[in-house]
Parts: sequence; C-alpha cells; structure tokens
Amino acid sequence: MSNKTNLVARYSASERINHWLVAITFVMLAFSGLALFHPAFFFLTNLFGGGSWTRILHPFIGVVMFVSFLGLIAKFIGQNHITKADLEWQKHLGDIMANKAKNLPEIGKYNIGQKYLFWSLVVIIPLLMLSGFIIWRPYFALYFPVDIIRVAVLVHAVAAFLAIMTIIVHVYAAIWTKGSIRAMTRGTVTTAWARHHHPAWYKEISRENKL
Amino acid sequence: MALQSLDILRRSATTTPSPGVRQTTEVAKLIDVSKCIGCKACQSACMEWNDIRDEIGSNAGIYDNPRDLSADSWTVMRFSEVEVEKDKLEWLIRKDGCMHCADPGCLKACPAPGAIIQYSNGIVDFHEENCIGCGYCIAGCPFNVPRISKKDNKAYKCTLCSDRVGVGMEPACIKSCPTGALVFGTKEDMIQHAEERIVDLKERGFSNAGLYDPQGVGGTHVMYVLHHADQPELYHGLPKDPSISPMVTLWKGITKPLMSLGIGLGVLVGFFHYIKVGPNEVEEESESEQQ
Ligand code: HEM
Ligand code: SF4
Ligand code: SF4
Repeated sequence: MSNKTNLVARYSASERINHWLVAITFVMLAFSGLALFHPAFFFLTNLFGGGSWTRILHPFIGVVMFVSFLGLIAKFIGQNHITKADLEWQKHLGDIMANKAKNLPEIGKYNIGQKYLFWSLVVIIPLLMLSGFIIWRPYFALYFPVDIIRVAVLVHAVAAFLAIMTIIVHVYAAIWTKGSIRAMTRGTVTTAWARHHHPAWYKEISRENKL
Repeated sequence: MALQSLDILRRSATTTPSPGVRQTTEVAKLIDVSKCIGCKACQSACMEWNDIRDEIGSNAGIYDNPRDLSADSWTVMRFSEVEVEKDKLEWLIRKDGCMHCADPGCLKACPAPGAIIQYSNGIVDFHEENCIGCGYCIAGCPFNVPRISKKDNKAYKCTLCSDRVGVGMEPACIKSCPTGALVFGTKEDMIQHAEERIVDLKERGFSNAGLYDPQGVGGTHVMYVLHHADQPELYHGLPKDPSISPMVTLWKGITKPLMSLGIGLGVLVGFFHYIKVGPNEVEEESESEQQ
C-alpha cells in the first residue's frame, strides 16, 4: 500500500482466508457444542438440522477447524514471542482498558493480550481435538475405556468453556479497538492505527519499506 | 414408549418439572441368583416381547451367549466359575442388564431433552425417538449397560417392560422364569421377599448371603439376592459400591450452570465496558501530529 492512501498492509489474502475459516468453524463448533452442553442451549440444535445432525456434524467441523488452525499457528507463531516491551506494556493494562494510557512502551505486531490469546488457543485447541476424538461416536469412542471417556468429556467441556471465553475477549477487543476489523476483512490498517497500537511493528515495516 | 405418561419423575436435559400428577408405587425386579439355573428363558422372553433379534454370534467356548449386552440384547446371563472356598467350585450365574437406578447416571449425563425418562415407579426408560446418539449415557452409567445400535445410532437397554408394567402386567422375563428366580412386585414386597430368601440361604450355610440394592445410586429397581453379598465382584464384576463417577458429577454438576453463567457474564462485561469507556480510537490529530 502506498503512503498516499494512509494504509499499511497487515494481513495477506491467505492469512485472512485462513483466519476466517477458523473463525467460522469455531463459531459453528461453539454453537453446536453448547447445544449439548446445557439444556438452556439445546435450541441451538435447530441451526444444524436437529439433535442428531448436531452430534454428527460437530466433530467433522472440529477437524476442519483444527487443520485450519494449524495453518494459523504456522503463519503467526513468529510474531508471538513475548518480549520485555510486552511485559512493560502489560503493566499499563488498567490505563489502556480505561482509554487513559500514555507513553506506552513500543510494541510489535501484537500486544501481549493478543499473544496470550494465541498461546491459549495453541494449548486449548489441540486439547479439544484430542478429547473430542476420544468421545467421538460412533467411530472412535469404542476404542477407549469408559474411565478415559469420562475424563475426556470433562476436559472437552472445560476446554470449550475456556476457548469460548478467550474468543469472547478476542472479539470484543476487535470491536473495541476501532480500525482493527478491517485488518482481517480488507487486509489493511491506517498508518495512524499502526503507529498508535503497534509502533515497533510500524517502524519495522517502514524500515523494510513495506508500506 | 409413547403412553400418556403422567407419572414422570425425571426427564433428561429438562430443567422444569415434567408431568407428574399421577403417583405410582415403586416397583422392583428381584433376581435370586441362588435359584437361577442359567436356562436363558428370560433372554428369549425379552427378545420375543420386544421383538428384537440379535445377530447370531459365534461360540466363544463359554456359556455367555451372546457374549455381551448389545443394542439388540438387553439382558444376558453372565456365568462365573469361582472358588470362594478352596476346591469348592461354584458356578455363579447372574442375569445382567439395566439396574433401573434411583439415581440414574445415564439420565444425568444425557444432553437430549426427553431421551431418558424416569417414572415415579422407578423405571428408567430410553425414548429412542429423542436420542441423538452421543453416547453420554454410556459414560454416565456405573453398570456399563447402555449400548448404541450400529443400525440407527440410538441408545438401547432394558425397559423393565415399561409398556407391560404401565398396563399392570409383569415384565416378560418374569413370566418365563421356570425356577422362580425372577420375581416382580412393589419394591417393598421385593425387599421383604428377599429377606426371607436370605434367612433360608443363611440356614443352608451361605453366611454372607444378602440383598444387592446399592445405596450409592440411591438403591435400584432391579435387585439381586446374592449368596456372597460381601463379594459382589465374584458375579462377573458386579460393582461392590457403585455410584455415579465423580468425573460425571463434576462434568454434569454445578460446573455447567457456572460456566454458562460465565459465558453470559463475559459478553455483558464487554458490552458494559464499551458503554462505560467507549471505543479505543486513534484520533485524527495524532496522525498529523506525528507526521
Ligand atoms: C477440534 C476438534 C473437535 C472435535 C473432534 C470435537 C468433538 C466433539 C464430540 C465428539 C462431542 C460429543 C458430541 C458429538 O458427538 O457431537 C463434542 C462435544 C462438545 N464440543 Fe467439541 N469437538 C471439537 C472442537 C470443539 C470446539 C472448538 C468447541 C468450542 C468452541 C467445542 C465445544 C464442545 C462442547 C461445548 C461440547 C459439549 C460438551 C458437553 O456436553 O459437555 N468442541 N465435541
Ligand atoms: S446416546 Fe441418546 S440416550 Fe444416550 S445420552 Fe446421548 S441422547 Fe441420551
Ligand atoms: S444401570 Fe445404567 S442404564 Fe440402567 S438406570 Fe442405572 S445408570 Fe441408567
């Protein structure tokens, strides 16, 4: 992108497609999973063609999400190592949340909240895949003893809860931080956004003349 | 069973009361293991009444036939050769199947509204038309009873002939038993009958004879008279003190409402944070300032 338009590139088309594949399948998994999680959510089975279809589809969608998520890990892991500046930035979190932050340390492409999101999902999603695999009927559950299935179903429910909470924070952060969503829809952010939220990243891409 | 049921005590995945104005007396099947000769008439009667035929299997060199409970075989005789006293072989034959627990783990685990019903007479019944085939009931059951059919992916098990009992008949297996090892009646009567049998067995030298009505699952509506009630494991691994696994209680207990609340709160906190502090915007000036 040229400076004229005041935009900088943040995500390539393949990164965006990959992100939305994970996002769409995640939402489908959360809805179909919650449907079986508690009677209060059972009505969600209507979105998937009834109870049996919900039960059938959920794990297959899970596999699609897991494979897509591996792609996201490969694409984003390089930028997600936690740095000294991140830890310094974290100390200002209260001010940041209150929209009162000043003189923040210069951070790179991701802030520490985004990095926590990344690493949480790196742990939780394989856990969901593994536990989901163990309780997957009629194909795989029959190969596991009932004690293992009982642990797996509990792990799956708790991990799903954690994943959903993490994603609620993620989605809210994107809504709250104006100018973020276009990064994943259009691939670009404004230079002001980049300088303000991710100054070290902005400097780096300026240096590399990637604007 | 789609009978007009006004006597429902509990219904799976349902948080409001089910139709329950009709009060029925608690029933029980009593299986007197000491009288069972292993003829499998009850297995045949079960097949006939429910009109289900399992696939013909192969002989595994033991009397257990079929080898295990299945979606098509809701009761199976389990044969165990044991020596409680040295050099004194005993052949213990236990009719296996659903115990119709007062506190049914299957029902607690089931996510599908109305797929599992507990009537006030104590019968725990699967309503397959509401079953989604998730298999949670298998994880919930302390007795390893429910089986999912390979044909339709629905869970099946003994109904205690709820369709017969509902119209005042006794279960089909009871009708067929030639030795009187199977009896059926009110739970109270069955306990009393068992006690008489236990006195008799004790007189005959089975000093540990007793009733199997495990309180860990609130008691059951299928009970056993055992000659070795102190060692129920002898009878093909009948659990000594069964209860719903703590894993299942943790999974299905208070954690779920709490987690559901957590999800709702998470969304609300976000919303009100936005309402309170507004969006995190990059002001236009900062753009020109820094340029
Ligand atoms: C990654 C691969 C995944 C696989 C293979 C998988 C598999 C399963 C299976 C087999 C079940 C049992 C019901 C059924 O058969 O449909 C289940 C339940 C569930 N899944 Fe997943 N799942 C995966 C990912 C997820 C994700 C990402 C979420 C949340 C966002 C999720 C949330 C749930 C929930 C809430 C339940 C209900 C658990 C309960 O009843 O306690 N799953 N999953
Ligand atoms: S398999 Fe059917 S009966 Fe068993 S828990 Fe799932 S929905 Fe309920
Ligand atoms: S024995 Fe198993 S299937 Fe039968 S009522 Fe108890 S928990 Fe349910």
